[in-house]
Amino acid sequence: MSATVHVGLAATVTGGVGASPLRPDGRLKVTGEFAFSSDLWADDMLWGATLRSPHPRARITELDLGPALRIPGVYAVLTHEDVPGRRLYGLEHVDQPVLAADEVRYQGEPIVVVAADHPETARRAVKAIGIAYDVLDPVTDPEAALHADRAPRVHADRPNLLRHVPIRRGDPHAAAAVVVTGEYEVGMQDQAFLGPESGLAVPADDGGVDLYIATQWLHVDQQQVAACLDLPADKVRLTLAGVGGAFGAREDLSMQVHACLLALRTGRPVKMVYGREESFFGHVHRHPARLRYEHGADADGRLVYVKARILLDGGAYASSSGAVVANAATLGIGPYDVPNVVMDAYGLYTNNPPCGAMRGFGAVQACFAYESQMDKLAAALGLDPVEVRVRNALHTGDRMPTGQLVEGPAPVAELLRLVQSKPPAGAADFPPGGTANTTRGEGVVRGVGYGIGIKNVCFSEGFDDYATARVRLELIGGRPAVLVHTAAAEVGQGLVTVQAQIVRTELGVDQVTIAPADTAVGSAGSSSASRQTYMTGGAVRAACQAIRTRLLDRLDGLAGELRLVDGQVRDADGGTVADVAELLGDEAIEETVQWRHRPTHPLDPETGQGDAHVQYAFAAHRATVDVDTELGLVKVVEIVTAQDVGKAVNPAAVTGQIHGGTAQGLGLALMEEIQLVDGKVRNPSFTDYLLPTIMDMPPMTVDVLELADPHSPYGLRGVGEPPTISSTPAVVAAIRAATGAALTRVPVRPEHIVGV
Amino acid sequence: MDFITPSTWADALAIRADRPDAVPLAGGTDVMVELNFHRRRPGVLLDLTRIGDLTTWAQDGELLRVGAGVSYTRLIEELGDRLPGLAMAARTVGSPQIRNRGTLGGNLGSASPAGDGHPPLLAADAQVELASVRGTRLVPIGEFFTGPKHSVLAPDELIAAVWVRPADGPEQFSKIGTRNAMVIAVSSFALALHPGRRAVGTGIGSAAPTPRRAAEAELFAAGQLPWDTLAALDPDVARRFGELVAASAAPIDDVRGTAAYRRHALAVLAQRTLTWAWRDLCG
Ligand SMILES: Cc1cc2nc3c(=O)[nH]c(=O)nc-3n(C[C@H](O)[C@H](O)[C@H](O)COP(=O)(O)OP(=O)(O)OC[C@H]3O[C@@H](n4cnc5c(N)ncnc54)[C@H](O)[C@@H]3O)c2cc1C
Repeated sequence: MSATVHVGLAATVTGGVGASPLRPDGRLKVTGEFAFSSDLWADDMLWGATLRSPHPRARITELDLGPALRIPGVYAVLTHEDVPGRRLYGLEHVDQPVLAADEVRYQGEPIVVVAADHPETARRAVKAIGIAYDVLDPVTDPEAALHADRAPRVHADRPNLLRHVPIRRGDPHAAAAVVVTGEYEVGMQDQAFLGPESGLAVPADDGGVDLYIATQWLHVDQQQVAACLDLPADKVRLTLAGVGGAFGAREDLSMQVHACLLALRTGRPVKMVYGREESFFGHVHRHPARLRYEHGADADGRLVYVKARILLDGGAYASSSGAVVANAATLGIGPYDVPNVVMDAYGLYTNNPPCGAMRGFGAVQACFAYESQMDKLAAALGLDPVEVRVRNALHTGDRMPTGQLVEGPAPVAELLRLVQSKPPAGAADFPPGGTANTTRGEGVVRGVGYGIGIKNVCFSEGFDDYATARVRLELIGGRPAVLVHTAAAEVGQGLVTVQAQIVRTELGVDQVTIAPADTAVGSAGSSSASRQTYMTGGAVRAACQAIRTRLLDRLDGLAGELRLVDGQVRDADGGTVADVAELLGDEAIEETVQWRHRPTHPLDPETGQGDAHVQYAFAAHRATVDVDTELGLVKVVEIVTAQDVGKAVNPAAVTGQIHGGTAQGLGLALMEEIQLVDGKVRNPSFTDYLLPTIMDMPPMTVDVLELADPHSPYGLRGVGEPPTISSTPAVVAAIRAATGAALTRVPVRPEHIVGV
Repeated sequence: MDFITPSTWADALAIRADRPDAVPLAGGTDVMVELNFHRRRPGVLLDLTRIGDLTTWAQDGELLRVGAGVSYTRLIEELGDRLPGLAMAARTVGSPQIRNRGTLGGNLGSASPAGDGHPPLLAADAQVELASVRGTRLVPIGEFFTGPKHSVLAPDELIAAVWVRPADGPEQFSKIGTRNAMVIAVSSFALALHPGRRAVGTGIGSAAPTPRRAAEAELFAAGQLPWDTLAALDPDVARRFGELVAASAAPIDDVRGTAAYRRHALAVLAQRTLTWAWRDLCG
């Protein structure tokens, strides 16, 4: 695998911004010594387990806890009646029961939690609970859910329509010479993190609880847990435990309230760890989508209008569906300049598993459809697929369908040209089918496809999005050292490393310690929306700058540009002005900063107009595939990608995100789907929920552009999501190019390719 | 749960007879998954890995006796020349870790319709040696499987070995999966040509309640192949062979694939493997 970083500002400090120092958790993770949340232990702890509904929709008619309580070793058996505070939780809408009361709305919904002195005993207690259901017909078709006459309400007190985001730009009746239409479908993808939901709740002497937990946002967990426990926030203290992957699946609560309830009830620490199968029911998934598009263009391939309707199945509870719908709507025509847009995106309640955040949400689903449409348009016009995209590419100064001005670099055409310019892929290492000996070349056809996507970075629509950092500079053993304390979740993306890099660059101090993330410091916001290097990075930088100002104030009378390098204050010529250690003396300088990005604004509810997003990020992919056209098997031979990251704060981590994100997009293209029948999950295991292996991921060529955004720290652009968005349509386009099959649904299955 | 580790075959058989709640444990690649998923809570795990005899193989007259405890890795490395079809199948099993631990006996013990070891054994007319304190019996592989995950193995029996003739002609194995490695077969097909007796052996995996042969296709090919002249294979013969193989399957729709696709894929695999095998035979 190769990676080229263009236009880089040279790293001026060893291990500073722009370098790729070794990550402190890297060796531990590779050798298996890293302590994940599932490894947490307290000597006198109990184990929690959860009774879940086997039905997608049912009324609970009988509940008998007696048999479970009678099992020796069982310490508590709790239901919704034992929730002392608010009995519901939720990220945007508080609509999800901590434990189901009389109705269950999806398969796997928690109803009872148990604590016992052994995990096996806890499981047996769960099985012993007497429960009876009145099983109801589940609402599983989102199209039917939209119409009051075609489906009952999933929640009696509100309609099934969770959110509708319309966008109207220009003339809704514009006509065009060339029109292509298409209907597309995206299956339910899972984040499939390897470290299942887990945590340890420890009751405290003050009547509160300390929760050690793998999550993406400590403070939003804290708020919700405190409300459900009816405790003030300062009595619910959270510390981040080792996170084994997130991808959005840890934004919602899973076992947080349950473990705390059990711990407070029993007075003992309670550990909960989901198994692999339970994990599939323990978190939200990517919204399945149905998308209908009509693209109108002039004879030269310039888009005149796009009309689109996107239906997103939110499942039983809202989670972050609202934001997903907004992303699908606002980003739903892609990185193209289109004068006339009629867009309607809908999110719906059904009795399918709840869907919420997953890497690239909203943008992923839409990109598969609009990029499929761009290929269709190219075919209709006899144009090269890259050419038709370049002719419509968004540029700086253009307006999005929301009316928002595109500021800062928007290198859409450049990224496309870059991936197109690479030499064609060579021969594959092995044919489609891998080592399974399915072909000696019979039926194998090569295809090449392209995709480009757009994603918003940070939180949108007027959300008060901030991050807090506390930074302390002091002498330790006579040498300057820095302690950084934030609540930002390291979820594997490398944030801990990046925070130290920023300190080294800003304060010229080599020795940097990152304190464990916890709620003793202010919120960092979520490790999601590609925002944490931007936001917590921005907060750490601002805190460092405040410290530097205070330090340099001590040099009164000295003017000119001063920098902190290698423990010294240097002037513009590099001459040493003072020693940081001497300047600092015995006194520590500490600064806590709450840092915000530029404000965003809500969308107009009728027209969808508004400056809703902070920053846009772009990536392009070229995929080359070999397809066995008779068997429908695919080998992706090579993926070329180019992404503008503004500034590669840590080039190795950036490349890692691009590889990983591309793999996740490839997975959606070819194999990753939670299969549902009547609201029930048919494949809750890694035996049948297939993730790409090393034999499925091809070698990649990665081009990283660094075109600085004038508004962000170091000019950086969020990195994590864009690679997931455009790799899916690129792979599917390549299969279409090889086979001529229409392929309107992902994941593409062999039977779709061969048409049986 | 008890864990018993006998060191002799006789002890193992005695325990098996004594403890009907015992679950034999070889590589554990099926058993441990079941335990971890709480699908099974056996009273006893009967660990067979210390029984040396179980992990040996030897030629005995015209036949090979392959101990039930021989791993996929060893099938590939040590028996690839004599049992090429089985070795090809072994190469498609799981990942290197699974091939190191997983055994042929365990594959038979699980008796999954998707077990990759089964089709080549069917194509090669293998026999399964079953043992108990009551004695030993040989079961033709075609009679071993009785339903999905069910076999003729009696509650007091253990699988001792597989008896199989070394390949007397070209063998092939092909497997369809929706990813390029580490995948349970959507369907699979094994073929063995027996030029000495002008016969064709087949085995179908993952496309019926049990692994099974395609008897009609075997007879058709045996009758149509130009054994005397070793002339090039008539593409129509290969195509018809594929159709007959597909027709003898009884697949279902499930999470891994549709019945229609399974049939279609089998036809393609049968046609291709016959073409390759015939080409190999003709040199
Ligand atoms: C990640 C993964 C991937 C896999 N991929 C494949 C694949 O591609 N193809 C495939 O076919 N299988 C696959 N499997 C399944 C498994 O590896 C095989 O079935 C393997 O052959 C089982 O052998 P084992 O020695 O591990 O058996 P064990 O798990 O030890 O036992 C399996 C069964 O056989 C019984 N048993 C074992 N030995 C004897 C004996 N001597 N007498 C009587 N009963 C016995 C056991 O009681 C149990 O019921 C996979 C499994 C995993 C976990």
